[in-house]
Amino acid sequence: MDVAVSQETKTKPAGVEYQTEPSRYKHWRLSFDGPIATLTMDVAEDGGIRPGYKLKLNSYDLGVDIELHDALQRIRFERPEIHSVVLASAKNRIFCSGANIYMLGLSSHAWKVNFCKFTNETRIGIEDASRNSGLKFLAACNGTTAGGGYELALACDEIILVDDRSSAVSLPELPLLGVLPGTGGLTRLTDKRRVRKDLADMFCTNQDGVRGQRAKDWRLVDEIVKPQQFAEHVKQRALKLAELSDRPAGAKGVPLTPLKKVTDDAGLHYESLDVQFNKAARTATITVRAPESVSEQTIEKALAAGAHWWPLQMARELDDAILSLRTNELELGLWVMKTAGNPDAVLAMDKFILSHQDNWFVREVLGMMRRTFARTEVTSRSIYAIVEPDSCFAGTLLELALAADRIYMRDTQEGESTATMTLSEMNFGSLPMVNHLTRVAARFYQDANHLESLRRQIGKKLLAREALEAGLVTSAPDDLDWEDEIRQAIESRTAQSPDALTGLEANLRLGPEETPETRIFGRLSAWQNWIFIRPNAVGPSGALKVYGTGAPVKFDWEKV
Amino acid sequence: MINYTEKIPNNVDLGRDRVLQRALEHWQPAFLGWWYDMGPTESRNYDVYLRTAISVEPDGWAQFDYIKMPEYRWGIFLQPRDERRQVNFGTHKGQPAWQDVPGEYRSTLRRIIVTQGDTEPASVEQQKMLGLSCPSLYDLRNIFQVNVEEGRHLWAMVYLLHRYFGRDGREEAEALLARRSGDTDNPRILGAFNEPTPDWLAFYMFTFFTDRDGKFQLCALAESGFDPLARTCRFMLTEEAHHMFVGETGVGRIIQRTCEVMKEKKLETPSDVRALGVIDLQTIQKYLNFHYSVTLDLYGSDVSSNAANYFTSGLKGRFRETKLEDDHVLIDAFYPVSEVVGGKIVTKNVPALTALNERLRDDYIDEIADGVSRWQRVIDQAGIPFRLTLPHKGFHREIGNFAGHFISPEGEVLTEEAWKKHEFEWVPSPKDYEFVQSLMSGRVAEPGKFANWIAPPLRGVNNQPLNFEYVRFN
Repeated sequence: MDVAVSQETKTKPAGVEYQTEPSRYKHWRLSFDGPIATLTMDVAEDGGIRPGYKLKLNSYDLGVDIELHDALQRIRFERPEIHSVVLASAKNRIFCSGANIYMLGLSSHAWKVNFCKFTNETRIGIEDASRNSGLKFLAACNGTTAGGGYELALACDEIILVDDRSSAVSLPELPLLGVLPGTGGLTRLTDKRRVRKDLADMFCTNQDGVRGQRAKDWRLVDEIVKPQQFAEHVKQRALKLAELSDRPAGAKGVPLTPLKKVTDDAGLHYESLDVQFNKAARTATITVRAPESVSEQTIEKALAAGAHWWPLQMARELDDAILSLRTNELELGLWVMKTAGNPDAVLAMDKFILSHQDNWFVREVLGMMRRTFARTEVTSRSIYAIVEPDSCFAGTLLELALAADRIYMRDTQEGESTATMTLSEMNFGSLPMVNHLTRVAARFYQDANHLESLRRQIGKKLLAREALEAGLVTSAPDDLDWEDEIRQAIESRTAQSPDALTGLEANLRLGPEETPETRIFGRLSAWQNWIFIRPNAVGPSGALKVYGTGAPVKFDWEKV
Repeated sequence: MINYTEKIPNNVDLGRDRVLQRALEHWQPAFLGWWYDMGPTESRNYDVYLRTAISVEPDGWAQFDYIKMPEYRWGIFLQPRDERRQVNFGTHKGQPAWQDVPGEYRSTLRRIIVTQGDTEPASVEQQKMLGLSCPSLYDLRNIFQVNVEEGRHLWAMVYLLHRYFGRDGREEAEALLARRSGDTDNPRILGAFNEPTPDWLAFYMFTFFTDRDGKFQLCALAESGFDPLARTCRFMLTEEAHHMFVGETGVGRIIQRTCEVMKEKKLETPSDVRALGVIDLQTIQKYLNFHYSVTLDLYGSDVSSNAANYFTSGLKGRFRETKLEDDHVLIDAFYPVSEVVGGKIVTKNVPALTALNERLRDDYIDEIADGVSRWQRVIDQAGIPFRLTLPHKGFHREIGNFAGHFISPEGEVLTEEAWKKHEFEWVPSPKDYEFVQSLMSGRVAEPGKFANWIAPPLRGVNNQPLNFEYVRFN
């Protein structure tokens, strides 16, 4: 244990940048053929995002996954004519061999946890696109499909495995490395593919995996196809899947231009939001700005604005900010969520979006907001929302407050400019969390009466006392108490154990409803993260540490 | 609207502090309501010769005049600030003293302040009825002085809650007025403050023993790294001294009167002494045993992680912390505590940080012993062969390592049965209380007169003569 910790690098490397674009990809090729996009994995061995390991055999690290995430975004927004996506490999007889083991062995605990969280979110994003955007995914497993490679396939709607008498799908993490298949593999075997538990047990404890007819019989893959017919069959299936899509045929895409982002010692600065670091206090203050004006919206205007259309820009910037803070600012343990601007502008935007959901672009933008906001609840940072007189926690932006662990609202004196909160239709269905519930529904444990009373207040600018009454606010200190109350609330939070807080928040944020996503971020990740710090994985003779060195693994046989 | 500076003497700039004003607008009337309900019985209209603190200057903290107690000007005073003051112990040692509550310690600090604050109104409630049986106007005036100052000490703690703890501070301040000493459903926080103070001997014992616990707790808090708490407690200590004076001289005068009678009549048997209308020394010893042991419990468990946390986080120091010569961090230090092992009392060293309650208790015992020896001198000077003794630390304890054990005043570990057999040789029996109360059936209200069971004091209050009319009943 101690050794493992001391081996972790203590000097802080340069921050990770999540923004990229196809011309800079090292590991993927994106090609288009009619309604089909093919995302071909061709990992560059020497292209690791951190030094010290080679990405052999189409194994991946965070850098490979950042490109995958970007490619999926581009298909969504820039290629509305694409109806199905084939995930393929450029390597002979290897589809993907999963997360790079040497990378995992070298990584700090925090890096592993973050890496797994991001890769999980990307795979959940694939399923989200299939469910909500009419984009269907097909895994064309042309060869070895191991570990994270099989987990990537599991995220697709269909898995086709080449039937060459040797290529297998496998989850070798446990027998080989003493850890779990942590990118949703376990959960999808049961929840999605309904593999019988004894067969799943056999599968997960055998490092060679399962091939051919048995893979199909065990429901591990949907089809097995001979090498000769493989390419043509994949194409035919992809066309069939494309028929299920409701994406438009002749629409013009919206280019995702690079974000205008400035990173400096003070924080991260974007066009529609700003992140201020307070390193001494270990907090980051995220301020999201409302749209500039309440001007009338049309689809044409939205498309013309493209990546600069406020909801898309705000969501992309927030997405980037969340990912940057998670990866690069580990010690900023409390995020203070603020908003600024005119709540009416947000409410007008909500109205427009909700009445134009049949447009592919509007639908994609809504999906982007949904996925971005859903990152907050699975982020291991405490979050406080601060509602002040100049803030605009309304509709879409109210979700940011509802995602927080606590909401503080300033109860201002009558007559002065007042702090308000406003519900919109947006809070009642379009932006669910990973438990598939809206934040208000989860907050009130789906109490129909309470939700109905909230619905009746849609559009009303709730003052602090009303918001408190409605249960939307944790505490509403008045002007005299405000500053000291907030200071102390922040100081007392940041003084507590970051580990215990993460555990607490993970328990409280998502409530009693389980979905595959909550099981991945809860049960699977929590066990995996426990295993990740146990000596049997990361001790001097732990399986993950000695992998590939030839040294024997030594387990502590006590079963805990 | 209250004229703050006129009505509430203070050195905290109350006139310009909206936070405090807003809080006090609700609390001040509630406090008066509490005083009417729970303050001294029938005293509302009396003119009482009281001292009032109107500033922290040497000439300002003791202004004497006749006052109706509900009109007493309960003020808010802090020792003036020393800009260079630091946190003097624990992990924050050497940092500038905190002028605001560190959020990290908010709930702990609030608990400390509430616990201290709760004792102040509690003792007023405990003493509510005693005015009806006072032994003189001088003593009546003294108990009222103690009562109004306990009220002011409540104000001092409430000031901290109001000023630094926002809404929950205001709620806690309300709760301080809502709890009632001895109320089963709504008791005061600490056990000793729910015990009745049934008679004047108990009152003097209480002010000598239990108010001295208050002094030691205030001394420990006066070392706090949270500067407003430290400064508040320092000023409270100037008043606390008078309460202990009332207790020490009160018990001393009772002893003196008993000794005078014993000497004059050449009597020693308790029943003979009692027959002459004074309190026998054996009963005084039993009262002493009782109040001493109950007060020792107030210091808490001998080994306490709370005490360690308070110290390490810089919130509560030791008695005279800055005068002590050690590292003030105590990570490597040990301190002896007693416990009962196999029927014997043994001493073992435990980490000093965990033994801070015990250490404060030991400092207290040293000071108590001095007071008891001054009482002994009165007996010795009368030539009476009786020794007042402090019982063993483990006697009659309900908190800490001795709780659940049966220790005699001499420190023998007994069985429960053996201890119970002697119980009323050691602590007052119902009959003893009945006797003491029988001496105090009515009040002595004539200036210069004193009840038979107590000697007059050496001198009056504020250089006034003994026959001064300290209280006018109107």
